[in-house]
Amino acid sequence: MKEQKSKTLRGFLFGAGFVAIAAFLFTGCPSQQGMMDTREAAQKVYVAPGEHDEYYGFFSGGYSGQLSVWGLPSSRLLKVIPVFSQDPESGYGYSEETKPLFETSYGFIPWDDSHHPHISQTDGDADGRWIFINANNTPRIARIDLKTFETKEILELPNTGGNHASSFVTSNTEYVIGGTRFSIPYEADLDVPIDSYSDEFRGALSFVAVDQETGMMDLDFQIVVPPYNYDLGRAGKGPSADWVFFTTYNTEEAHTMLEVNASRYDKDFIAAVNWRKAAELVEQGHGRTVSAEYYHNYYEGNQGYAINDIKDQVTILDTREIDENFIYYLPTPKSPHGVDVDPTGEYIVGGGKLATVIPVHSFSRMLEAIDNNEVEEVIDGIPVLNYDATIAGEVENPGLGPLHTEFDGRGYAYTSVYISSEIVKWSLETFEVVDRIDAYYSIGHLMITGGDTKNPDARYMVGLTKTAKDRYLPTGPKQNHPAQLYDISGDRMELLLDFPTIGEPHYAQAIRADKIVDQVAQIYEMEENDHPDALLRIADNRVERDGNTVHVYMGSTRSHFRPDNIEGIRVGDTVYIHLTNLEQEWDVVHGIAVKGANNAEILVAPGQTKTLKWEPTRTGIYPFYCTAFCSALHQEMQGYIRVSAEDSDVELAWRTGTD
Amino acid sequence: MTFLKYIPKLILPIVLLFSLQACGEDDRSQRDDQEETTEAGLTEFELEHGIGPVTERIEIDDEIDQELVTKGRNIYEMKCEMCHNMEGRMVGPQLGDVMEHRSPEFVMNFILNPSGMTREHPVGQELLQEYMTSMPFQNVKEDEARAIVEFLRDYKRNN
Repeated sequence: MKEQKSKTLRGFLFGAGFVAIAAFLFTGCPSQQGMMDTREAAQKVYVAPGEHDEYYGFFSGGYSGQLSVWGLPSSRLLKVIPVFSQDPESGYGYSEETKPLFETSYGFIPWDDSHHPHISQTDGDADGRWIFINANNTPRIARIDLKTFETKEILELPNTGGNHASSFVTSNTEYVIGGTRFSIPYEADLDVPIDSYSDEFRGALSFVAVDQETGMMDLDFQIVVPPYNYDLGRAGKGPSADWVFFTTYNTEEAHTMLEVNASRYDKDFIAAVNWRKAAELVEQGHGRTVSAEYYHNYYEGNQGYAINDIKDQVTILDTREIDENFIYYLPTPKSPHGVDVDPTGEYIVGGGKLATVIPVHSFSRMLEAIDNNEVEEVIDGIPVLNYDATIAGEVENPGLGPLHTEFDGRGYAYTSVYISSEIVKWSLETFEVVDRIDAYYSIGHLMITGGDTKNPDARYMVGLTKTAKDRYLPTGPKQNHPAQLYDISGDRMELLLDFPTIGEPHYAQAIRADKIVDQVAQIYEMEENDHPDALLRIADNRVERDGNTVHVYMGSTRSHFRPDNIEGIRVGDTVYIHLTNLEQEWDVVHGIAVKGANNAEILVAPGQTKTLKWEPTRTGIYPFYCTAFCSALHQEMQGYIRVSAEDSDVELAWRTGTD
Repeated sequence: MTFLKYIPKLILPIVLLFSLQACGEDDRSQRDDQEETTEAGLTEFELEHGIGPVTERIEIDDEIDQELVTKGRNIYEMKCEMCHNMEGRMVGPQLGDVMEHRSPEFVMNFILNPSGMTREHPVGQELLQEYMTSMPFQNVKEDEARAIVEFLRDYKRNN
């Protein structure tokens, strides 16, 4: 009895201890975490079932190559839009329609590394027409239509190694920019020793013009610049709207062990490019046309096969050849990474990742310095302005490794700081830090709703961090990348939520949902289906042979295919199944998969036509079925294809519903 | 006793039934409360001519409008023929004789509001039981539904 009691007591004490520890774990260090009362935080992110979020968040996929869409503040994943990587879930990059999007001057590339989504702008505000995103590895820019949330176009950038300083738009989406992170020999395929770096290698800054009606991209010109690493870029706004600012590092021109060799100088540069003047120079014939092979992939109509428009030349402006100044270097400490422009367009903030301060340049002072010719030296025709002449202030004590800055439109800037893993809030008036908050862990970019525009809608901030470690239930040695949602509507930043993401989000953007919601398509209207192989008349469903190529024109609706019995296919045939989803109701999707097809399934949205390529190698009966659970009789949505020997004389036949 | 043990099993269907009905109630309550309703809770018009955007008799010329017939046929061939034959049952009922036992307004309302019709109209409920598949909305506009009626009228006259 006595022993029993002591056990109970021990249990009680243990329990109390556990509660205390748990209480400490969950509520501990509130000031450090900046976590508001849990209930209050939960209320701020709670979006009731069936209700919608206030913001769309678009997070880059990083090494997934895609773009994920989130509802904010609930931080629910809405969709992953496939962009640069094949997506077996939807058949993107597997269907005949989408495969051409992946063609490049290097052939078919099924993957890339997507970093910086940027929503199209009108007068410095996000307008929700399109979102652009860059491919870093094999340099490209993609355009995603925000009516259908689909990738519509991919443009390759020639003469570029690592399109990192991309895909930011100017304030009326006149241009979307590209920039070479790794300078390479400008002339294509030039076979030279790597240590000829300073002589043979050049940087390229790309200016891609955007058609305001269609969104179609066109590489207008490239600026050829000294062989540094062009890291990030941002367009100005308001008074600075005619300018784009690029950060550089490796002004040391190192080509090996950059970790050490590109970190020697105290200052690198922000390149300030007057794009309007550059465009005028090109228009006036000051550019030079050089040969360059690159692919422009897009759809011609509403639907159909993406086409490959292979380009063979590009117009360049080489700063060594042009007398007029349209680009200036602003010395900036030290290997700057991010470059961000405040809502007024006056302040240009550099993220000197090895610097002890955050340098803030003044646009108006820069113009004065240009007028007063405060030039320290000229590099390949580019004037280097005096640091003291352009600097507006230095934010002291920003933490270790400041990277990227966004703004709240209320006079404050928020900078992500990588090494000390925090976000610092500082005043654009006093350049003093006023608040700081931890990030979990090692933050890269941060994003404020509308925080890069003229009119930030600054209620929330998302920090995109690089390692999760212990933040969630463990899932093995590699964890998904985290993001944190902060409330920045008050004086102090407050952590609301911490959630895992898709791929490795670098940058993200958010836009008020009401700017997009009404334009989002619910179906592809059958009347507007201009796919050359669409089944527009149901009675026209058929199978046609042309030599060893067979085309199946098939329709689907709940819950059958037409035709669903096909005979007369032979081993050695290449079969194209063109499936038109004849449904006209929102979100009623059909898919198709064929046994043994060396391909993914193909999902087809209502009113859409998609094509599955199949090359049967063995005789037999091949079932095919609808991969999307479409109705109560979904399991019945199937068919059979008979494959006969190569020399068989089985006649081509197809039927539906006539047993 | 034996009945009691089925109660737990009965609760779910009853709850489901209730919730399905609850969904429909919004549409119903929008209608004018003053109108007289029949046993099924529908107005005489609805019972005869269906529930949907067509709420009064439409004027139909005795003469067939061939231009409208062509328009209607094209829509039928693009959006209806997956499930309906003119002669003989397919996924849904044959359409060749539909104008013999349904009013033009009824056909239009079925095309324009198929989920409402199968949920709330006794004929729609009966058809769903018989054919087991609910008819989907095919993004047909009201004037297009009218054209389909003309196509069906023309077919009936010629066959």
